[in-house]
Amino acid sequence: MFTGLPLFPEQASSVAPQVDALYFYLIAVSGFFSVLIATLVVYFALRYRRRSESEVPQPIHGSVKLELVWTLIPLAIVMFTFVWSTRVYFAMHRVPPGAMEVYVVGKRWMWKVQHMTGQREINELHVPVGVPVKLILTSEDVIHSFFIPAFRIKKDAVPGRYNSIWFQATRPGTYHLFCAEYCGTKHSQMIGSVTVLEPARFQAWLTGDGSGVSLASAGERLFNELACVTCHRADSVGRGPRLEGLFGKQVRLAGGETAVADETYVRESILNPAGKVVAGYQPIMPTYQGLVSEEGLMQLVAYIQSLAAPEGGSPLGTPEEPAPALPEAQRGEPAPPPDRARDLGKP
Amino acid sequence: MSTTQPGADARGEGTRPPAGPPGAPPVAEPRPSRVNYLNVSYGVKSWLLTTDHKRIALLYLASVTLMFFLGGAFAVLIRLELVTPPGDLVQSETYNKLFTLHGIIMVFFFLIPSIPAVLGNFLLPMMIGARDLAFPRLNLASWYIYTLGALFTLYALVNGGVDTGWTFYPPYSTQFSNTHVLAAGIGIFINGFSSILTGLNFIVTTHRMRAPGLTWFRLPLFVWAHYATSLIMVLGTPVIAVTVLMVAVERGLHLGIFDPTLGGDPILFQHLFWIYSHPAVYIMVLPAMGVVSEVVTCFSRKRIFGYSVVALSSLAIAVIGFLVWGHHMFVSGQSTFAGMVFSLLSYLVAIPSAIKVFNWTATLYRGSVSLQTPMLYAIGFIGLFTIGGLTGLFLAAMGLDVHVHDTYFVVAHFHYIMVGGAIMGYLGGIHFWWPKITGRLYPEWWARIAAVVIFAGFNLTFFPQFVLGYLGMPRRYHYYVEEFQVLNVMSSAGASILGVGYLIPMAYLVWSMRYGPKATANPWGAIGLEWETPSPPQTENFPRSPVVTWEAYEYAPEEEARVV
Repeated sequence: MFTGLPLFPEQASSVAPQVDALYFYLIAVSGFFSVLIATLVVYFALRYRRRSESEVPQPIHGSVKLELVWTLIPLAIVMFTFVWSTRVYFAMHRVPPGAMEVYVVGKRWMWKVQHMTGQREINELHVPVGVPVKLILTSEDVIHSFFIPAFRIKKDAVPGRYNSIWFQATRPGTYHLFCAEYCGTKHSQMIGSVTVLEPARFQAWLTGDGSGVSLASAGERLFNELACVTCHRADSVGRGPRLEGLFGKQVRLAGGETAVADETYVRESILNPAGKVVAGYQPIMPTYQGLVSEEGLMQLVAYIQSLAAPEGGSPLGTPEEPAPALPEAQRGEPAPPPDRARDLGKP
Repeated sequence: MSTTQPGADARGEGTRPPAGPPGAPPVAEPRPSRVNYLNVSYGVKSWLLTTDHKRIALLYLASVTLMFFLGGAFAVLIRLELVTPPGDLVQSETYNKLFTLHGIIMVFFFLIPSIPAVLGNFLLPMMIGARDLAFPRLNLASWYIYTLGALFTLYALVNGGVDTGWTFYPPYSTQFSNTHVLAAGIGIFINGFSSILTGLNFIVTTHRMRAPGLTWFRLPLFVWAHYATSLIMVLGTPVIAVTVLMVAVERGLHLGIFDPTLGGDPILFQHLFWIYSHPAVYIMVLPAMGVVSEVVTCFSRKRIFGYSVVALSSLAIAVIGFLVWGHHMFVSGQSTFAGMVFSLLSYLVAIPSAIKVFNWTATLYRGSVSLQTPMLYAIGFIGLFTIGGLTGLFLAAMGLDVHVHDTYFVVAHFHYIMVGGAIMGYLGGIHFWWPKITGRLYPEWWARIAAVVIFAGFNLTFFPQFVLGYLGMPRRYHYYVEEFQVLNVMSSAGASILGVGYLIPMAYLVWSMRYGPKATANPWGAIGLEWETPSPPQTENFPRSPVVTWEAYEYAPEEEARVV
């Protein structure tokens, strides 16, 4: 292969070899059938070419046996492909426990990235090699799509909802980051880079960044600033449900249904509180639509998530999900100065 | 040049009962016709107020040809821009409008009406032995509606264009785009009614106006394909009409159907859009499959292999095609379970398409194969449609689609289906029935050259795009990173060949209308009621209704046929 004509992208994530195996298998299947059809058509066209204007070939009506053969064999092949490809899709979406979470907001025309530890990046994403990373994506305006070709993953950033996908980088290096969903004038310039670092260098990168306020701490500041704390009190006597130990649990709703208190649920409850009211509470919470930015919402979600396992054990029993596995150095950040937190909440 | 008519002697006349053989037409011996549908009356009014399905077909032919070259001009500019990585030919706003208008014009105003409204309109009544469609005036109305829709879209174009992509995804289309979304949307909305009326007309005509003896399983496969297409047009088009209307209402009144801050859901739009727009792909390709069935049988002088399987597979495609739309949304956040169902159904819809390809191939076996121009296009269709269909397997694979979704892989795939499939079928059909439509023959040598040039240019244009897509180049990119340049240059080089390829038929077909040698009633020795009328036919096609006592594609006496 000469360098001017690339044929195949770099492989830099744990799922990439699986996707490529599927790709090569389908190339083999397609190649086989294309060559088969082309050979037969060309061979028949030459072998049975019209030799005299008056010849009339004997008619053949068809063959049930052959019809079955070329129905059932392709059917078996596509069903096999279906099962295989669905398993690869599962592998991309079943997040291993303890994955490092990264929040991403798409905005025309940039990617805003927030790490749980507080580092913020624009059009760049730094991740350590060999660590599962879960991306939680949303958009401030139109639909975007977060695409890292070298990792073979892509997920739409849709306004009004959180989508997620995960990856585990396998090779240090710098890779393309593209927006894959058309988003207007500078769609093709909404690009950036993903830098995969060795764990030690990643640690250095984390400490080298000056922000020093974890996402959860920023969320806590915002939580107090927006006066959420007056109703959602830790001592269970507030007018709103207690949030300690909530994240990741099943919640009984007023209508008798249940919901899982995940990122999407928390986000929705802030923006549309009357939508899914917890059983036993009045729908008195006002909406915070327009008062909190998408990044601020992500900070609040991270804060509520951090309350899932308060010191001294969860009141609802053993917590199912431990606090996100973060490098030891990132725990116990000092509380930020108030003005700093405001900046984080409302950029 | 092939003007010879194999004629009756080729079909074993004399062994057949006098009423039966298609070689001995039930209508009067086609003499060099005096009065035909073209010269029966003159003047602009006689065309603009005609209710003759054949003249309406020609009105459509002129309109869609115009739209094809307009859409093609945009493609030329797109490929020219993409020769270099930076956006240096036009501005990004302009580039976005170019691919949007290329898509809107090619999909809604060329591909969807092309074969049904031109060839279907011309041939469907003749193939079933009818004098016209069931509702001739609705047929004329549908052309006016099409024209009105096209005018709205052209208005949007002239006034500065529209930049949402032909897919109109909100919230971009509803809240952010400052271009003429409304005018373009209204154009598509109006145009939909022309499609619905055509489909309705075909369905009623096929049910009610078949000649005596022409049972369903004696129908040419072209009619079956158009029947299946019409079902999609009638059932699917209202959905896109409603969806476009929702975008208009959301844009104007801000109701919050798709706006998440008002409780709406942008993904809802994608569901509604693809419920129509995926089946719309079958509106484009099913009629082309119908053409291929006619051409392959004629130029191998043989009954189609597995008639009923080919006929019913069209219906299977039409029905299953309605249930696969979610495969456009594997990365949108649609639930994994929904994704699995759509992936499974997408794999199922591949089967009837594969069956057709195998049956066409088998039809050639022990045939009398003549590689004249329509056959070259039909064979080109089989090859390109096979590649297009097989690369669909890549996209239906959820785990693989995540990577190739919204990249040039998708662009290449659907051009193989729509351009490699639908346009090859359309051009094959135009050449095949050109003598019937115009009464003239085109220059065979030029036509074969053009077919080969188009085939080669097409592959050079779109095959590199599969590689580009897998490398990760997203679609709708004005600027791209430098390592993608070589493949983009290859693609643009191919596009220039393809462009020349499309201009050649334009030139010699127009030339042949005046200077081409006069065609006989049946220059290819084809079987089918349309070939029993003179070329060009009279206004009412058949002086008296033909009685059909033979099966479709009875190129040889039936007694000799055998079921293998």
